[in-house]
Amino acid sequence: MARSTRRTLLGTWAGFVVILVWCLLPVAWILSLSFKSPEETGAGSPHFLPQTWTLQNYRDILSNDDFLYALRNSFAIAIIATVLSVIFATLAAYAIARLEFRGKRLVLSLALAIAMFPVVSLISPLFDMWRHFHLFNTWPGLIIPYMTFTLPLAIWTLSAFFREIPWEMEQAAQVDGATPWQAFRKVIVPLAAPGVFTAAILTFFFAWNEFALAISLTSTTSARTVPAQMSFFVGSDPFNPPYGQLATASVIVTVPIVIIVLLFQRKIVAGLTSGAVKG
Amino acid sequence: MASITMNHIVKKYGDGFPAVNDVSIDVADGEFMILVGPSGCGKSTLLRMIVGLEDITDGDMLIGDKRVNDLAPRERNLAMVFQNYALYPHLSVYENIAFPLRLAGASDKEVDEKVKAAAETLELNEHLQRKPANLSGGQRQRVAMGRAIVRNADAFLFDEPLSNLDAKLRGQMRTEIARLQKRLGITTVYVTHDQIEAMTLGHRVAVLKRGILQQLATPRELYDNPANLFVAGFIGSPPMNFMPATVEGTTLKLPFGEVEIPPEKAQKVAGKGLLIAGIRPESFAEAGAPHARDVSDANTFEATIDVVEWLGNETYAYVPFEAPPEVQRQLEQLEQDLDGDTVRTQLVITLDGASRVSAGDRITIWMDAAKVHLFDPETSENLTVDLDKAGRIPALEGATPAAAAGR
Repeated sequence: MARSTRRTLLGTWAGFVVILVWCLLPVAWILSLSFKSPEETGAGSPHFLPQTWTLQNYRDILSNDDFLYALRNSFAIAIIATVLSVIFATLAAYAIARLEFRGKRLVLSLALAIAMFPVVSLISPLFDMWRHFHLFNTWPGLIIPYMTFTLPLAIWTLSAFFREIPWEMEQAAQVDGATPWQAFRKVIVPLAAPGVFTAAILTFFFAWNEFALAISLTSTTSARTVPAQMSFFVGSDPFNPPYGQLATASVIVTVPIVIIVLLFQRKIVAGLTSGAVKG
Repeated sequence: MASITMNHIVKKYGDGFPAVNDVSIDVADGEFMILVGPSGCGKSTLLRMIVGLEDITDGDMLIGDKRVNDLAPRERNLAMVFQNYALYPHLSVYENIAFPLRLAGASDKEVDEKVKAAAETLELNEHLQRKPANLSGGQRQRVAMGRAIVRNADAFLFDEPLSNLDAKLRGQMRTEIARLQKRLGITTVYVTHDQIEAMTLGHRVAVLKRGILQQLATPRELYDNPANLFVAGFIGSPPMNFMPATVEGTTLKLPFGEVEIPPEKAQKVAGKGLLIAGIRPESFAEAGAPHARDVSDANTFEATIDVVEWLGNETYAYVPFEAPPEVQRQLEQLEQDLDGDTVRTQLVITLDGASRVSAGDRITIWMDAAKVHLFDPETSENLTVDLDKAGRIPALEGATPAAAAGR
C-alpha cells in the first residue's frame, strides 16, 4: 500500500516535470535570448545561457519609439475591447439565462457559429469595408472585430455562470426593496464575478495576441499593435534578424499577461456561491 | 402592520392549468396565518402572489386597503424568508441583514443600530462578520429572519422556512418563530406542508388541495370539525381512521362491530346508504384494562391486533380490515391527494403506553362513538360537520344557509 502510494507520488511528480519543461522551456529560451548580445545570437553554435549577460536589448527596445507606440496601442485596444465585450456579454448572457424569448436558441447557435468562423477569411472583406468607413488603421478598426470574435465565447461562459445562480437570490433582493437593475448589479454581478473575470481574461488574451487582423488592418504605428509591430523588426541584414531584440520584445509583452493572470487568479475563487442556499 | 386580503385569487399558467383557483383568504392585522397542503396544492404560488413574485391572473390582492396586484415586490413593503434562505454569499452576515436598509438609503448609524438590534434578538452577535458559507443551517435560517425583521415591513411571509433543517433544530426554530411573531405582533403568512407546524404556529390555518381552499379555521376547529376527507386525513398524526359504515337508526355498522352514535349525527346521515366513517386513533381505548380511560361497556368490539408499535408514552396498534370497492377507491384517491402511498386498509388505535398488548392478541376495544365523523363516499364531504365550529368551508358557501343547515 505504502509502496504503491510512493510510486503514484513519483509518477505524479514525473508528470509535473515533463509538463513544466514542455511549457516553460520556450519561455526560458526567450528569456535567455533577451540577455544575449547580437554577436552571441549570430554565432553558429548557441549556448543555452548567455556567455556574457547584457541589458543592451532592453535599452534598445525601450528607446524604440515604434515599439512604445505599438505597446500603447496594444494596451488601449485590448483593454477597450475587453471592457466593452464583457459589458455586452454580461447583459446578453443575463438575458439568455433568465428570460424566455423567441429565437433564444438561434441567438446562441449564431454566437457559436461566429466563434467558429475562421478569422483569416474575413480579412479582405474587412479591409475593403474599413477603408470605406474610414476605420482602416484606427483603434476602433481593431476593437470592433476583436469584440465580434470574443463576444460569443464570453456570452457562453457567462450564461453558464448566470444559470448557476439561484433565481431566489434575485427574488430575495427584489423583496428586500431592490429594483431589477439594483438586484442585477448588487447581487447577480458580484456572484457571477468569477465568470466575468474568466470572460475578461479570454477577451484580453485574444486581443493582446492577435496578429492577422492587426497586420492587415493597420498601416502605421498609430494603430499597429505589438505582435504586428514585431514583424517589422527585421533589422538591416535580412539573413541575420535581431533575435535578441525580438526575444526582448516578446518578454516585455508577456510580462503584463503573467501579471494579469496572477492578479485575476485570486479573484476566480471557485464555489463563491456556496452558502447561498442550503449547504 | 397591515391586514392582507385575498379576493377570489386565480393563478393560471401558460397551459391553462389553474395552480390557484378562486381562493379567498383574509389575514387580520397581527394574525399568524398558515397555508398548508401537500406539494402542488398552490400554497407557495399563493404566497408568491402576495409578495409579487408571481403575477395574479384574476382576483384582487389587498394589503391594508391598497390593491397591490400591479405593484412590484419592492413597492409592497413585505419581508420574506425563503425556503433556501437566499442569503447573499458575497456579503457578511452584517451586510446581509443590512441589505434592505442600504437599499432604502438608511444612514450608517441607523443601519448599525437596527442590525445590532436584530442580531441581538436572533443571537447572531458573534457571527456578524462571517460569511453565510461558514454558518450552520440554523444560523443561516436566523440570518434570513434577521433580514426580514430589520425592516419595518407590513407583514412577514415564510416559504417553508424549516424544511431544510433536521428534526431537532426544526422544533427549536418553530418555537423561536412563534415567540418572535408574538413579540413583534406582525401579520404573518407561513407556508408549510408539515401539519405539526400548521397546528402549533397558526392562529388560523388555510388547508389547500390542488389550488382550491378546503377549509379556513383555527387548528382546533380543523382537528375537531374537518370539512371533508382530505382535511380530516391531512390534519392529525397518526392520521384519522377511515372505514366503510352504514347507519340504521342510531346504530353505526362498522367492519368490526356495531356502535351507537348520538341521534343528531344519525339524523344528518339518515338514508344515505354506504358512508365512510372517520375516527381518530385516540378515540379508541382498550376496554377493561386498569389504565383505561373512562369507558363504558357499550360501544365495544373485539379485534385481533396485527402489529404493535410502542413509543413509550403511547402505543399504536394496527388492525387490518376489508373495504368494499367504492370505499376502497375513495381511500386510494385520498392517499394520492395526501402524497401518500396506497396502503392496506387498516385501523390505527392509540393505546396507553402502559398497555401490554402484543401482536396477535385478541382484545376488546372501546370506541368514543360521539367523536365519529361520517363522510359521503361520493363527494367526500363531512356530513356530520358542526358548521358553527368549523371556521370557513368555501365548498359549502355557494349553498343557501337552509341547505347548508340541512346537512
